Amino acid sequence: MTAAGSSTSSAFPPAIELRGINKHFGPVQANRDVDLTVPVGTIHGIVGENGAGKSTLMSILYGFYQADSGVIEVGGQVCPIHGPEYALAAGIGMVHQHFMLVDIFTVLENILLGAEGGALLGPGMAAARAEIARLEADYGLEVDPDALVGDLAVGLRQRVELLKALYRGANILILDEPTGVLTPQEAERLFEILTAMRDRGVTIILITHKLQEIMAITDNVSVMRAGQMVAHRETAQTTREELAELMVGRQVLLRVEKSAADPGDVVLHADGLSLIDDAGVLRLDGVSLDLRAGEIVGIAGVTGNGQSELLEVLSGIRPPSRGRLSVHDRVIDHDHPCEPEEMRDLNLAHVPEDRQRMGMISAFAAWETAILGYHRDPAYTGPILLKTDAIVEDTDGKMDRFDVRPANPQLTSDSFSGGNQQKLVLAREIERRPDILLVGQPTRGVDIGAIEFIHRQLIEMRHAGCAVLLVSVELEEILSLSDRILVMFEGRIVGEVAAADADAQMIGLMMANAHETENAAANG
Amino acid sequence: MRTKQKMPPQMANGSAKLPTWVDIGLLPLINVALAFVVSGLLIATLGQDPFEATWIMLRGAFGYEESLGYTFYYTTNFIFTGLAVAVAFHGGLFNIGGEGQAYIGGLGVAIACLALDQYLPFGLLLPICVLAAALFGAGWAFIPAYLQAKRGSHVVITTIMFNFIAASLMVYLLVNVVIKPGQMSPESREFASSAWLPYMHEALAWFGWEVAQSPLNLSLIGALVCCVLVWGLIWHTRWGYEIRAVGANAEAAVYAGISPSKIIILAMCISGALSGFVGINELMGVQHRLLLDFAAGYGFTGIAVSLMGRNHPVGIILAGLLFGALYQGGAELAFENSAFSPDLIVVIQGLVVLFSGALSYMLRGPMERLYLRLRPPPPPPIASVEA
Repeated sequence: MTAAGSSTSSAFPPAIELRGINKHFGPVQANRDVDLTVPVGTIHGIVGENGAGKSTLMSILYGFYQADSGVIEVGGQVCPIHGPEYALAAGIGMVHQHFMLVDIFTVLENILLGAEGGALLGPGMAAARAEIARLEADYGLEVDPDALVGDLAVGLRQRVELLKALYRGANILILDEPTGVLTPQEAERLFEILTAMRDRGVTIILITHKLQEIMAITDNVSVMRAGQMVAHRETAQTTREELAELMVGRQVLLRVEKSAADPGDVVLHADGLSLIDDAGVLRLDGVSLDLRAGEIVGIAGVTGNGQSELLEVLSGIRPPSRGRLSVHDRVIDHDHPCEPEEMRDLNLAHVPEDRQRMGMISAFAAWETAILGYHRDPAYTGPILLKTDAIVEDTDGKMDRFDVRPANPQLTSDSFSGGNQQKLVLAREIERRPDILLVGQPTRGVDIGAIEFIHRQLIEMRHAGCAVLLVSVELEEILSLSDRILVMFEGRIVGEVAAADADAQMIGLMMANAHETENAAANG
Repeated sequence: MRTKQKMPPQMANGSAKLPTWVDIGLLPLINVALAFVVSGLLIATLGQDPFEATWIMLRGAFGYEESLGYTFYYTTNFIFTGLAVAVAFHGGLFNIGGEGQAYIGGLGVAIACLALDQYLPFGLLLPICVLAAALFGAGWAFIPAYLQAKRGSHVVITTIMFNFIAASLMVYLLVNVVIKPGQMSPESREFASSAWLPYMHEALAWFGWEVAQSPLNLSLIGALVCCVLVWGLIWHTRWGYEIRAVGANAEAAVYAGISPSKIIILAMCISGALSGFVGINELMGVQHRLLLDFAAGYGFTGIAVSLMGRNHPVGIILAGLLFGALYQGGAELAFENSAFSPDLIVVIQGLVVLFSGALSYMLRGPMERLYLRLRPPPPPPIASVEA
């Protein structure tokens, strides 16, 4: 049933055929002569680095943008798509990375939203309920239609999005990074559903940057690089290594090579840290951990289980509500807070999770971002004036050593790609030679080539005797870099594993806090 | 934000970048030109000749020595208030209270002059008055700043209210406290001549250059010095760095160990001090007494000046000059032709503010498209360009 590459051998016309799509935003050509053929009833993966043009292409297909030139065919018919309503009419649905659901509506109300079928809700509701029951049975999309969406777990909300698209009659589904917020178990469940859909003739386009997902579930895969389609492959005929190489345009080391750790003294000790936020919600619940010199401790967990708050407390941005934190000899608690500036003086550096929001200032020149947090250092400022020339020269050196491109300190920070921004932030923090390095999501939104570089830097820091705390939602990253792994769930540390004994399945269960109940079930 | 449509990175970064000269040179000029075209249409509907009116305004603003003096005198005030708005703006604060801060700054100047003009020579009195203007202006800005920093009261609301409080306070003080005994008009006594800032025509005469008399005084030099100082402060000191950091991204500033509360108070106090210097120009330079309403809307116009000057001292000088010319040329026009009431001049000023402030991005999109059409895009990025 699978068709090879762009030439379809199927008797049916392809579900989607794009020919010669061009799109530019100003001088940036986001899509250049893009061709894509997606046969009916297949799962088609689209991979590419950030900024390769995947999202733009899908936005054109879904009608958010109009292509400058090119033809869109749906089911063999030329189909101009001037807006999302045209896409819906052509049977194309899209599930966004960030869900578009009303939290205070029930599942049923959310599904009905925009397709109420009349002024009175009653008849539409009844019809929808029946239709949803059918879809649930067909695809295994179980979800309680009367539950409030706000009460649902993330994986279930995603099912609501899928139901929404199907209810509107979509037989072609676009999924944009669908597993970004899911636990491995939820992701597996999603893949089962997608497979069931495919088997019933639904065509699925999956945008992702996770190569293992492509390998696991797709029939065909297309690789984009710099706005162009560089390859179409049958998934069975390709390998992760080949795809990575196609994405980046050169060979990539996917495994991180590192020797055994040689942990030294405890440099950071947290004892029962709790944090209650302004809304009175308990975000951290009695977190205790030790961080030793010369080791990388990974914090695994699904987004929003307290990892961000942990980083904020450890870096001094927020004082803990309860509990104590010792950094070297300095003891920090609610009554003795330690501002970020003092933390830096204690030789603790912090690469924030969200560099756009916290790690840099978009409007600042690169040299200004490169001293953020260290701008009071006498090396950078005199009694009154900033030593601009010295800073620019210093930034030049950092850009050179960390391979930041383009290596121009005068460009504004937001004119760099995600990977280069991250390298600049890393250079700023790592070149202070900290004793303790907190790193949040070091490779989020970073292209594969830069990931390799960033991972190497972190390992080198460890070798130099730095204590590294790594927070990441990429389980693979945690597994390949860490010496010890702590798993967070709802603000608590629910488990600790030595990296050598860890596997994704086990960590995944801990992330969902399911391991204890499963153990209990097994024992009982 | 969570429910917002995810945009591809190309859109998030904004579309095409215009070259700097178009962005900060050509676009403002076109906006001003548009304002004048609409003003011209308005004048034409009143049965007057717009070209003649323009000519009278231009001649009235720049045509002869005295008119130039007046234009520069107004410009001086606009530079002070424009800089004030700009400093706060860099810190992410919209200081609408320039009017009240200028007014209270003048009160400080007057108190210093009235108390000391009998005892101190000009050379000692001037620095004291400058300090008083800065302290009183900064003090009046400090209260809203403190409320914003510590209590979260929005500075736009509080500074507007503080303009009214300042106006009422001054009426009270002038009617009941500092009024010269035995006179009807609410004014203080005249300062002794030791508190008079030399007029520009006097200063130039010392160097043997005779020019016509005008209210222009040495404050203009002070205003230009302030431009240099503000430029240095904002872009070349760590305080400016911190102000801009808080203004551009408060969260990143906190991460960097900068306290937004301190910076809010710092930026507002500098802003208030700059507004306060209007008191030097007006009271020590021209009026030589404290009187009602000497701030005359300079604080409000400063918002437009700063906006139009893109919050940069050089832009503020140019925009200040434009508004100085509008004030002076407009006064001349109303004087020459009774069909032009002062209100019409205010309308023309309003149109300039509308087009160069509120609608300043209206022409950006079309301009970008035009620019792209005239200059074909560079070759698209190829694989080797990617890092």
